[in-house]
Amino acid sequence: MYNFNYHRPTTLAEAKQLLAENDEAKFIAGGMTLLPTMKMRLASPSDLIDLSQIEVLSGIRDTGNAIEIGAMTRHAEVAASDLVRAGIPVLAELAGQIGDAQVRHRGTLGGSIANSDPAADYPAAILSLDAVITTDQREIAADDFFLGMFETALAVDEVIISVTFPKCARAAYAKFPNPASRYAVVGVMLADTAVGLRVAVTGAGPCAYRETDIESALQASCTVDAISEIAVDSAELNSDMHASADYRAHLVVVMARRAVLQLASVEPRVSA
Amino acid sequence: MPTKVTFTLNGEAAGATVEPRTLLVEMLRENLRLTGTHVGCDTSQCGACVVHVDGVSVKSCTMLAVQTEGADVRTIEGVAIKGELHPMQRAFHEHHALQCGFCTPGMIMSALDLVKQNPDPTDSEIRAWLEGNFCRCTGYQNIVRAIEAGAEAMRTGDLARV
Ligand SMILES: Cc1cc2nc3c(=O)[nH]c(=O)nc-3n(C[C@H](O)[C@H](O)[C@H](O)COP(=O)(O)OP(=O)(O)OC[C@H]3O[C@@H](n4cnc5c(N)ncnc54)[C@H](O)[C@@H]3O)c2cc1C
Ligand code: FES
Ligand code: FES
Repeated sequence: MYNFNYHRPTTLAEAKQLLAENDEAKFIAGGMTLLPTMKMRLASPSDLIDLSQIEVLSGIRDTGNAIEIGAMTRHAEVAASDLVRAGIPVLAELAGQIGDAQVRHRGTLGGSIANSDPAADYPAAILSLDAVITTDQREIAADDFFLGMFETALAVDEVIISVTFPKCARAAYAKFPNPASRYAVVGVMLADTAVGLRVAVTGAGPCAYRETDIESALQASCTVDAISEIAVDSAELNSDMHASADYRAHLVVVMARRAVLQLASVEPRVSA
Repeated sequence: MPTKVTFTLNGEAAGATVEPRTLLVEMLRENLRLTGTHVGCDTSQCGACVVHVDGVSVKSCTMLAVQTEGADVRTIEGVAIKGELHPMQRAFHEHHALQCGFCTPGMIMSALDLVKQNPDPTDSEIRAWLEGNFCRCTGYQNIVRAIEAGAEAMRTGDLARV
């Protein structure tokens, strides 16, 4: 790892100031992506600005119709949170399936989505639950956030403060994990939301996306049979040592079918 | 620029002068000469380096030494009780849960965190928890058995503590 300067600010203003003063500075949240990347010398920031001491970035709140989660909230906290388990159980389940216990103790929601790793789990939840990302500058709708592989709508000096996940009637997440890292080879999340049934896919493409063919088929009939014949086009999907694009295309439908079965067994939440 | 970090290590005040890029595991092994914490990979996947920071298990190869300022750090060297093996260490010994032993410190630190959260884990809960701890020798069977036995000894024994 190349050397850098380390800062541990306690306020957002201070963190922003440090970023502005140092050209090649980067924020560090859980470090579970950034540090391995720096060890490989694929990133060499001049300065690391540690977000862990900034209070406004952490915590989980129930706002009635939604659950708001601070960017620095660790995966393990989301998995264990009574508020999340009661309000959006699938989100707690998803967080509990990320990586392993030690990754979940450090990794954060903000770090995960800022990174837009094609195989990350949270992006599927952001898209299917139609979450809103609050930054220090604006609110970003889920559909506008993920732009490509490791690419988001965030400006270089923009900090994610929190994510607001609207509560939904019911939702289910089916993931085919890589056996070594637990990252999603393919993950599919279905959510019965206020704006209709939404289907998000992670792991398969350059970034998480909504699978509209499966979405409209399920809107017509939310059954396994409704999507069994759908053939997902593999042209834009990822191919790597873990899985070919064709295999991923196949897995999208298989995971969607598993999620439909799971969804059928979820007790719908009666809204307050 | 080298900076001084101070923290609690295995119950005692400790400190070291490190560069910002020094990893926690490097500080433990090289500055403080505690070589029980191992490094088995450079991809944050193997778990040979697991230690506890502020009471939870973390990978010390994926945390900066400077991030432990003011923290409470516990390593495998701080697990034995007054020179006697901790019940979890004894269980690993008795159940032949190691061959080369390279993964063992990380396994034990991870197991102790599991038992703290879940004092009576099932076989499948133990296996799920060990997702981040790789063993290249044993096939895991005896590790799972040892953790079951260690957890039981901690629930019932007078030496029980994490
Ligand atoms: C072995 C292993 C297995 C894993 N398995 C999975 C898995 O199964 N599923 C999964 O989804 N993930 C997995 N991960 C990734 C893990 O969830 C990471 O925690 C996550 O991708 C990055 O979060 P972080 O908090 O560690 O961010 P960091 O590594 O600290 O930061 C990542 C990037 O985000 C930026 N950033 C961080 N916070 C903010 C913010 N608030 N505002 C703006 N930018 C910010 C940083 O500048 C950096 O560029 C795994 C990681 C490892 C090491
Ligand atoms: S050395 Fe492999 S996870 Fe830390
Ligand atoms: S005993 Fe050799 S790696 Fe586990």
